[in-house]
Amino acid sequence: MPTAGSNKLETSKPRWLLAELTYRCPLQCPYCANPPDYARYKDELSTDDWLRVFREARALGSVQLGLSGGEPLVRDDLPILVAEARKLGYYTNLITSGYGLTEEKIAALKAAGLDHIQISIQSPDKRINDWLAGTESYAHKKEVARLIKKHGYPMVLCVVIHRQNIHQMREILEMAIELGADYLELANTQYLGWAFLNRDQLLPSREQFGEAEAIAQEYKAKLAGKMKIYYVVPDYYEDRPKACMNGWGTTFLTVAPDGVALPCHEARALPGLDCPNVRDFSVKEIWEDSPAFNRFRGFDWMAEPCRSCPEKAKDFGGCRCQAYLMTGDMTAADPVCSLSPKRHLVDEAIRSAGRCSSGEQPLIFRNSRNSKAIMAGTAPETSLP
Amino acid sequence: MLNPAIPPRFSPLHRLQWEEAQQKHVILYPEGMVELNPSAAEILLLCDGVRTVDDIVAALEEKFAVSGLTDDVIEFLEIAFANRWIEQVGDQ
Repeated sequence: MPTAGSNKLETSKPRWLLAELTYRCPLQCPYCANPPDYARYKDELSTDDWLRVFREARALGSVQLGLSGGEPLVRDDLPILVAEARKLGYYTNLITSGYGLTEEKIAALKAAGLDHIQISIQSPDKRINDWLAGTESYAHKKEVARLIKKHGYPMVLCVVIHRQNIHQMREILEMAIELGADYLELANTQYLGWAFLNRDQLLPSREQFGEAEAIAQEYKAKLAGKMKIYYVVPDYYEDRPKACMNGWGTTFLTVAPDGVALPCHEARALPGLDCPNVRDFSVKEIWEDSPAFNRFRGFDWMAEPCRSCPEKAKDFGGCRCQAYLMTGDMTAADPVCSLSPKRHLVDEAIRSAGRCSSGEQPLIFRNSRNSKAIMAGTAPETSLP
Repeated sequence: MLNPAIPPRFSPLHRLQWEEAQQKHVILYPEGMVELNPSAAEILLLCDGVRTVDDIVAALEEKFAVSGLTDDVIEFLEIAFANRWIEQVGDQ
């Protein structure tokens, strides 16, 4: 395999391994982080492939394992994967919609050694939940949340925040209390993947963010010591970009369903990155030597204004995928930064979403039909509330 | 606040384990990891829900042949309690 140069920086270890077990999913959330052309990738890794990846990454120092998708529950070998991961000493996190989770499966996964379940709910309002999920799932999800608690798992409730539910912030927090969540992740939508396609319909206004955040902070103080609330900030309304992935190739390793290893789960969107496949290389070779994982390590790749910026060690120039999606240049500063010469693109996106908020706008749902339409360059189907 | 009358126990919602790659104990929980220094790990390993705070102090003082650890141990246990790494069953 070609290497990225001999003056390699001392590389840290991939503490977090995100195993995207499948792109198959019974839900159709219009802000899904999977690539819009996911229907292209059908050849899923086998059970043995995954077990080898788990072993190799663990030997390299991985300790947190996310089992994600798509919907990871559609993999029949999930209990086998969990049992081996637990045996290797991983802290195992199942990241699921909860759809298809029964008490029997919850108990079996507990016996296999699963440490925690993160379940997503789209909205505390049944109608909005079922519309956004593209399937009737609300009552089932709430029942699953209760069963997760009953079986002694720490329960993380994840709610992705956007314009269709941001006005329900107080109801979301009350729902988390009612369900006994130990952790609540209030994840403001990151406008990548499918969310980028639906940005006009999903991006809230600055005022909406302000109101929602004040409520979240109020509950955070009130629930201190009882429920831990993670609030993922809306980067479009910040002056500086997020420290994406804690720095490229420093902490996170994602393996996509077909075995492609990614420094970030969105990195498939970057052209010419040529990400290596775990079918061809060991995890160690991929992490240490592949051009893709070395591409944005350190600071030498940066252009101005990042290159000479005193804050470059704090935010690493922000998100490479966001820079590419908005400016067409993956080495550019993340355009949310007020020092970026392309910040106006973010401001224009905010104004464009504001114009759309007055009327009901259709959303592009994440499903194979639409994915194939996007691949073919034809118009995907849209749907109104 | 920590109640010194109730034996603290390590939280069942967290995991305390030795990490060979890092040569240290870590606490694992959903979406996170805390790396522990050796003394913090020694204290937490004694939080079994049976030993009282006094027992924990006595065990550490004996193991390391020192005295006067009470304040340091209580200070750390308060932090651990606030972070929910330990719990006290029956505590209101």
